[in-house]
Amino acid sequence: MTSSTFAAGAARIMRPLLKSNRRDVAGTALSGVSALAAGIIVLMVAIIMGNIIFFGWRTVTWEFLSAAPREGMTAGGIFPAIFGTTALVVLMVVALIPFGVGAAIYLHEYARPTSRFTRLVRFSVNNLAGVPSIVFGLFGLGFFIQFLGHNMDRAMGLDMVWGQPSLMWAALTLAMLNLPVVIVTTEEALSAVPNDMREAALALGATRWQTIRNVLLPQAMPGILTGAILSVSRGAGEVAPIMFTGAAYFLPYLPTLPTDQFMELGYHVFVLATQSTDVDATRPLLYGTVLTLLLLTFALNLSAIALRSRLRAQLAGRS
Amino acid sequence: MTLGTAHVQSVRSRPVPRSGHRSRQRAREAIIGVALRACAFAAIAGLVLIMLFVFRGALPVLFDAETMREANLTKFTETWMWQPVGDVPKYGLMPLVIGTLKVVIVAMIFAVPVSVLAAIYASEFAPSRVRESLKPVIEILAGIPSVVLGFFALIVMASWLQSVTGSSSRLNALNAGLALGLGIIPVVFTVCEDALRAVPRSYREASLALGASRWQTAWNVTLPAASAGVAAGILLGLARAVGETMIVLMASGNAALVSASAFDSVRTLSASIAAELAEVVVGSPHYSVLFFLGSMLFVTTFVINVAAGIFVDRLRRRLRGA
Repeated sequence: MTSSTFAAGAARIMRPLLKSNRRDVAGTALSGVSALAAGIIVLMVAIIMGNIIFFGWRTVTWEFLSAAPREGMTAGGIFPAIFGTTALVVLMVVALIPFGVGAAIYLHEYARPTSRFTRLVRFSVNNLAGVPSIVFGLFGLGFFIQFLGHNMDRAMGLDMVWGQPSLMWAALTLAMLNLPVVIVTTEEALSAVPNDMREAALALGATRWQTIRNVLLPQAMPGILTGAILSVSRGAGEVAPIMFTGAAYFLPYLPTLPTDQFMELGYHVFVLATQSTDVDATRPLLYGTVLTLLLLTFALNLSAIALRSRLRAQLAGRS
Repeated sequence: MTLGTAHVQSVRSRPVPRSGHRSRQRAREAIIGVALRACAFAAIAGLVLIMLFVFRGALPVLFDAETMREANLTKFTETWMWQPVGDVPKYGLMPLVIGTLKVVIVAMIFAVPVSVLAAIYASEFAPSRVRESLKPVIEILAGIPSVVLGFFALIVMASWLQSVTGSSSRLNALNAGLALGLGIIPVVFTVCEDALRAVPRSYREASLALGASRWQTAWNVTLPAASAGVAAGILLGLARAVGETMIVLMASGNAALVSASAFDSVRTLSASIAAELAEVVVGSPHYSVLFFLGSMLFVTTFVINVAAGIFVDRLRRRLRGA
C-alpha cells in the first residue's frame, strides 16, 4: 500500500464527515468576519480619536480658546472662530426652528397622509437631505448673494451691503441644509405624544391650535430641542456650504452685524491644514482647533442623544 | 346713520358674545393652518429653488454664445484636460468624472463590506452588551465633521499609507477613498442595521426551528428579507460619497490626472467646485462650468436618492405584508 492510496481511502471515509463540518466552518468564518468588520470600525474610530486627543489636548488651554490668531495664524488662539461659529449657528437656529417645527406640525397634525401635497412635501424633505453640501454652497452663492442680495442692494440704492458673503447668508444656507433634520426629529417627537391627549383636549372644547400649543408642543419640547441641537452640531461642522457664502480666511475683528463676514472653526481647520505657510508651527494649532471642534460637536450630540433617549423611554412607558 | 347701525349691530351682538369670539377664533385657526401649510411648502420650495438656481448658473454653458466659445458640451468631452486657468482654458470634464469614479469606487469597496458585515454582526451575532456599545461608536463616527476626517487623512493617514504602499504621491485616490469610506460607514451601517432589525423574529425562529444554524439563518433568511433595506443603505452611502466635498478636497491631492491607478492623485467634481469657486469671476465661463459641475452632482445624487427611496418603500411594504 502506497501512501497515496491510503490518503485516498482516508479521504473517502472522511468526506461525509467533512461535508457536515463544512457548514460550521463557513458559519464560524462568517460570524468571525462580521465581528472583524465591527472591530475594524471600532479600531478606526479609536485611532482617529486617540490621535487627535493625544496631539491636541496640550494645545487646548484657556488662552488658546480666548485669544485671536497671531503672526499669520502660526501662533495665538482661535477665539474669533469660536465666536463666529456660535453666531452662525444661533442665527441658523433662529431661522430654521419656526419653519422646521411648523412643517412637522403640519405633516403630523394637519395633513392627510395620502394627499398629493403631503407626499410631495415628504419627497422634498427626503431629497433635500440628500443634496450634497457643496451644492448648497453653490445655491447660497447663486440665490442668496447673487440674486436676493444684489436685488436688495439695487432696490435700496446701496452699494454692496447685502450682495456679498456674510454671516446672514451663510446661516440661511445652513438652515436650508438642516431643515430635514428638524422636521424629522419634531415629527418623531409628535408621534410620541399619545392620541389620548389630543382627544382629551379636543373633547374639552379646545381648538386644534389650542391643542397643539398647550398640549402637544410642551410634550414634544424635548424632541424639538433634540432636532435643534442635532442641527447645531451638524451646522458647526459643515464647511462646504459656508465657504462661499460668508466664512472668511482671516479677520482682524469680530463680526458685529449679520452682513459681516466671520471666521468659523471647521473652515479654520481647512485653512490651517491646507494653506499654512509654516507647517510645523501650525500643527499644534491645527490639532487644538480640531479637538475643540470635536469637543463642541460631541457635547452637542451627547446632549441630543440624552434628550432623545429620555423621549424614547417616555414613549415606551406609555405604550 | 351709519354710526347708528353700527351701534345697533354691536348692541345686538352683545347678548351673544360667543358667536363673535367663535368666528374670530375660527379665523385664527384658519390663518394658523395656512401658516403651517406654508412652512411645509418651504421644504418643496427649498428643493425647487436649489434646482432652479444651480441649473440657472449652468445655463450659459448651453445657451450663451460668448460662454460657449470657451466651454460647451462638445468641449467637455473632447479635451481630456482640466485646465480652467490660463490663456486658453481647457474645460474637459473627463478627468474629473474619472477622478470622482476612482475615489467613489475605493470608498465603496472599503465601506460596503465593512458596514454590511458589521450590521449583520450587530443585529444577528453580537451579544446585547456588545451591540449596545457598538451603537455609540457609530454615532461618534457619524458625528465627526467631514473636515476633521479630511484633516486626519491629509495629516496622518496619507503618511501611513505612503509608507505601506510606497506610492510616489502622498495624496492619492486610495487615501481619499479610504477616508471617504470612513465618512459613509455610519450611513450604510445604520440603514442596514435598521433593515435587519425590522425583519420579524418569527422568520428567524422558523429557520432555527428547522435546524438551520445562526449563520445560515442570517445569510439565507434575514439578509434576503432585508435586502431592499441593505440596497437602500448602499445607495444612500453612494450618493453621500459622490457629493462629499471636504474629505476629497483635502485628501486626494487635487491633480486632474487621467489614469486607472489608485496611487495617482485625483481631482473630483465636488473638490473642483470647492477649490475654484472662490477665485472665479461671477458670470465668467469658468463660473458657469462650476455650476454645471454642481448640476451634475445634484442630478446624480438626486437619482440615486430616489432609487434608495424606492427600495425603502419596497422593504416597508414587504415587512408589512409579512
